[in-house]
Amino acid sequence: MATEYREYGASTNPPAMIQVRDLTHYYGPRPAIEGVSFDVQKGEVLGFLGPNGAGKTTTMRILTGFMPPTQGKVTIAGFDVVEQSLEVRKRVGYLPETVPLYTEMTVTGYLKYMGSLRGVAPKRLPVRIGEVIELCRLGDYRKTIIGKLSKGFRQRVGIAQAILHEPEVLVLDEPTIGIDPIQVVETRRLIQDLGREQTVVLSSHILPEVSMLCQRVLIIHQGHIVAEDTPQRLAQSLQGVERIELEVRGPIAPVTAALRRINGVTEVTATPGRNRHTFVVQARHGQDLRDEISKAIIDGGWGLLSMQMSTMSLEDIFLRLTTKEEL
Amino acid sequence: MRRIQAVAWKEIQVYFSSPMAYIVGLIFLGLTGFFFVRDLGDPFPEASLESFFQGATLILILLAPTLTMRLLAEERKLGTVELLLTAPVRDWEVVAGKYLSVLVILLAMMAMTGYYVLLLFVFADPDPGPVYAGYLGLFLYGAAALAIGLLTSALTSNQIVSAVVAMGILLVLYFTDFAAGAVKNTLGSRIIAEISTKAHFDDFALGVIDTKHVVYFICLTAIFLFLTVRALEAHRWK
Ligand SMILES: Nc1ncnc2c1ncn2[C@@H]1O[C@H](COP(=O)(O)OP(=O)(O)O)[C@@H](O)[C@H]1O
Ligand SMILES: [Mg+2]
Repeated sequence: MATEYREYGASTNPPAMIQVRDLTHYYGPRPAIEGVSFDVQKGEVLGFLGPNGAGKTTTMRILTGFMPPTQGKVTIAGFDVVEQSLEVRKRVGYLPETVPLYTEMTVTGYLKYMGSLRGVAPKRLPVRIGEVIELCRLGDYRKTIIGKLSKGFRQRVGIAQAILHEPEVLVLDEPTIGIDPIQVVETRRLIQDLGREQTVVLSSHILPEVSMLCQRVLIIHQGHIVAEDTPQRLAQSLQGVERIELEVRGPIAPVTAALRRINGVTEVTATPGRNRHTFVVQARHGQDLRDEISKAIIDGGWGLLSMQMSTMSLEDIFLRLTTKEEL
Repeated sequence: MRRIQAVAWKEIQVYFSSPMAYIVGLIFLGLTGFFFVRDLGDPFPEASLESFFQGATLILILLAPTLTMRLLAEERKLGTVELLLTAPVRDWEVVAGKYLSVLVILLAMMAMTGYYVLLLFVFADPDPGPVYAGYLGLFLYGAAALAIGLLTSALTSNQIVSAVVAMGILLVLYFTDFAAGAVKNTLGSRIIAEISTKAHFDDFALGVIDTKHVVYFICLTAIFLFLTVRALEAHRWK
């Protein structure tokens, strides 16, 4: 299913905080992202959902001015990320995926350094450091050497440095990856707090996280945006679809073809197995095609091993969108 | 300017909170002390410090890369370069800050050797001119050596590789003078001699300040700092 991608006109108003147009980036011969376009409104929390290697980090590195894109244009608060990189960088707070920190510095020492680097006024800096330490609940670790902190706390130090200069836009790359579940809950709560006032772009490969934190989700797969909506609407728009999963003993191509011929079937995907294959058939809402399907399989002389009907959840969409196999 | 200062100050703090600065400082002091004693033991004591200054440049071939190797290589290793390059700091400001920090260390090390000079002035009656010239030369040489070390640190995430490559470049630049001597008097040999750091340093050690040599070291430093900025920029394209 190729999701229709709606064109963003110049008429978007008020002007979006982040405008991304036709972004393409090559590291080698193959594009890591291609033709990526989206807008983020002021105050919005946007989720970037996609599996490993989808192009999330690449997109975020371009947004934050770390590297210029091969092609395309990004503006943040009206400033071009390439031409007016410094202006953009003043307005963006960034938590990279790997949470890079100077491990030999203390938490406060590090925040002081990052604050002065980010141009926080010397008078304001101690006050602001106190605020972010409070906000990120790092109060007991002011003088701790960063290298001695657990991953979860390092993540918080990473978030603390990202919000230190009160940026208009916060970019968080997989903010809960690799930390223990209790810390994940804490980190998500912190992001929720921040998202109430700030424009946030966060990436994740965890669907429930994105639906919990974000008002809008972009699903990115192999460098392309394949879907874009609110988490609720993404679920609703596909709730109208009936999904039938069946296991068949028989060759993939002819079975797929036979299933596609059934009236009312919108899509068939196959997952090869050892000597049986799993097929997922989608049908228009309200049509129970199980009779027709079993008939088609039996007519073809193949073995029908199991059949199940279900209505799609968002998790399924995600799985389907990002693990789809082309036949 | 505040940002250059922030970068420099952070690096200086790191040097003094780790044993590195002290170890390098002690080695420098110890070895230059050795050359200083040689100057004193000279059968014709002219109260000059030629051997001290010559020795100091040789020691810097080893020590300057040890000081600079951390500066950018570690940022790449830790991944902190991603935050550094997304902070509102220009690439050249990052390089300037890092460079300034090691320049301060170099000055501190040179200041410590002032003790020897003091001894010389107490117990002998040297001409102060050559001492100034020698120190100026040593500073210019050290500044160039640090710029070379900073470039190799920008090119790798491995500190050891950075140090070894920088030492190699410094050694080659130092000894091309001898290579030129072997080839004799062709145009090639003259060019090779012209790029040698030793050829340009000798006059300073003898107490002569020649603008030509000053310009040479400043150009050498500027070229390598410029290349460092480019190397950092190139990192964005990787
Ligand atoms: N520095 C790099 N050099 C070469 N290829 C890269 C580099 N970074 C990412 N890629 C490739 O680009 C694609 C997208 O990667 P990335 O943006 O990191 O995805 P994600 O963050 O969604 O996991 C992947 O195929 C990855 O292998
Ligand atoms: Mg990533």
